[in-house]
Amino acid sequence: MIADEKYIFKQATKQKLFILIGVGLLLFVIGVFMAMNSGHHEGAEKHASEAVAKSLLASAEPVQHGEAHNAHAGAAEEHHGSPTWLKRIYTSLWQNNIFFTGIGIIGLFFIAIQYAAQAGWSAPIKRIPLAIGHWIPFAGILMLVLWFVVKGDLFHWTHSDLYVKGGEHYDKILDGKSAYFFLPLAAGSFPIFYIVRMVLFFGLWYLFFTRIKSSMLAEDIEASATHWYKSRRLSAYFLLIFAVSSSVSAWDWVMSIDPHWFSTMFGWYVFASWWVTGLATITLLVAHLKGAGYLKVVTQNHLHDLGKFVFAFSIFWTYIWFCQFMLIYYANLPEETVYFIQRMRTAPYSWIFYANIFLNFVLPFLLLMTRDAKRQVSMLKVVCPIVIIGHWFDFYNMITPGAMKLEGGVGLLEIGLALIFAGAFLFVVLNALSKLQLVAKNHPFMQESLNHHI
Amino acid sequence: MESNKNFVVGIFDDEDILLHAVENIREKGLKIHEVYSPFPVHGLDDALGYKRSRLPIAAFMFGATGTSLALLMQIWMLGYDWPMIIGGKNHASLPPFIPVTFELTVLLAAFGMVGTFFIASDMKPYKWPRQFDLRSTDDKHVMAVDLAANKMSKDEISTLLKSSGASEVNEKNF
Repeated sequence: MIADEKYIFKQATKQKLFILIGVGLLLFVIGVFMAMNSGHHEGAEKHASEAVAKSLLASAEPVQHGEAHNAHAGAAEEHHGSPTWLKRIYTSLWQNNIFFTGIGIIGLFFIAIQYAAQAGWSAPIKRIPLAIGHWIPFAGILMLVLWFVVKGDLFHWTHSDLYVKGGEHYDKILDGKSAYFFLPLAAGSFPIFYIVRMVLFFGLWYLFFTRIKSSMLAEDIEASATHWYKSRRLSAYFLLIFAVSSSVSAWDWVMSIDPHWFSTMFGWYVFASWWVTGLATITLLVAHLKGAGYLKVVTQNHLHDLGKFVFAFSIFWTYIWFCQFMLIYYANLPEETVYFIQRMRTAPYSWIFYANIFLNFVLPFLLLMTRDAKRQVSMLKVVCPIVIIGHWFDFYNMITPGAMKLEGGVGLLEIGLALIFAGAFLFVVLNALSKLQLVAKNHPFMQESLNHHI
Repeated sequence: MESNKNFVVGIFDDEDILLHAVENIREKGLKIHEVYSPFPVHGLDDALGYKRSRLPIAAFMFGATGTSLALLMQIWMLGYDWPMIIGGKNHASLPPFIPVTFELTVLLAAFGMVGTFFIASDMKPYKWPRQFDLRSTDDKHVMAVDLAANKMSKDEISTLLKSSGASEVNEKNF
């Protein structure tokens, strides 16, 4: 029925990826040197914008928490941490790792959704998200190692002096939240609960990834529907776990960078951003493989479905984005609006804030609206990179303003690191893809998918 | 006069036969008025050579009209006609207008599409639809050929329909 097809990870492609990583490394090193030497002349400008921002933040200071916040503001001024350039590296590393972790886990999530929904159309493209899932273990190890490196600069709540009752830096609000990080140990010591969650989530994700993968690959060898049923069962359990772990990881890894602020939409917001980025990545890889002559069984009808996914979930992301923004805007509670004031009114973030909506809603909405656009490889190759880059900036604006305050920037440093991550990610994914059958062999829905017509 | 139109009506039992018949008949140069089937037949639109519907374009236009109308309405009402301060916001501030704008966009797009569809397919109240053969609502596929639109004679068309697989061929006058 289907000819054996394998993706060949050519030497030329490997070289291109090494060049990508090399260029990223070069930009990164230049960016670091620029950041190290730029501290002085920007001083006056920084002070001016800082004064503006402070007055804005002061007006947003909640009355009932005044005492705690004043103490906290004092702490922030006294605590300097690492130099700006090092903080920028830490922040960018963390942001890139969160971003690519998301793409990796969405690879598995996409497969799980297909099994749970008993989807037929996706049978010939399932190996691409499977290959993307191979990034999960790398992301997990990076996340755990990075956390111990960046915690002092990114995660304000890790400072132990915030939890000393009666102490100079005592923070009542964070003390109230401390159990979520430090249980069962005392507040301000080692955040065992937090670390256990991180290890547990990556462990579970990786466990389900390997089990679903082995069940999918077993089907290639033995033509039996039992493998499909087993994959579906595993997928259903994974979806249950992911429903909880995606939200909790969003609070842990992203929202706790702004520990005083909270949004009940945040878990969904991060998930929506990850999901649409992952879909765009899958679509882009399928489009490129198709363009390179692989995936002969994939037709315009399959591309149409992938295009619809990207289109629909760009709108879904916008819906979540607006829900979060609208409620905070209208309720006008100072402890909530401070998050958007940081992002909308201060120098490096405000243009990203508006570009975010333009890149992730306006462009995909208008460009992918027609049926023809979703069915054309060329259009998908334009829109998917826009969505991926747009959501990189989305994560930038989630993480950097909280971690860097007014010192953040998008320069060669950040672009370089993003290129290094992208190169490494693509290397892992394409390498994994070259070791799989490109199209599943005994998939029970393959015939349905070959006749897929919309 | 519309009431004197003559049609040759072919009845088909099977959708595969129908699909091949449509291709065969169109190849011979006969114009098919319309095909009626009890369920959607995959690929029939392509076989009949129908162009893609332009309904999505109408939907977009109606939607854009809804967006503009909603924004104009709210900005005029809350910004100029009866300015009110709500929650300390500006009179005409965009975020609270978005939900209403969204609703009106969807409403006008939906109503506009339904209306356009009714007009385009010539459906209106008290208009009795033409029934070429009532069995097209049950288990038969019905192909209607307009005599006025074709140069072939009635007998020629009948033989062509029969040879293409029609189980019976009737005539119908309206």
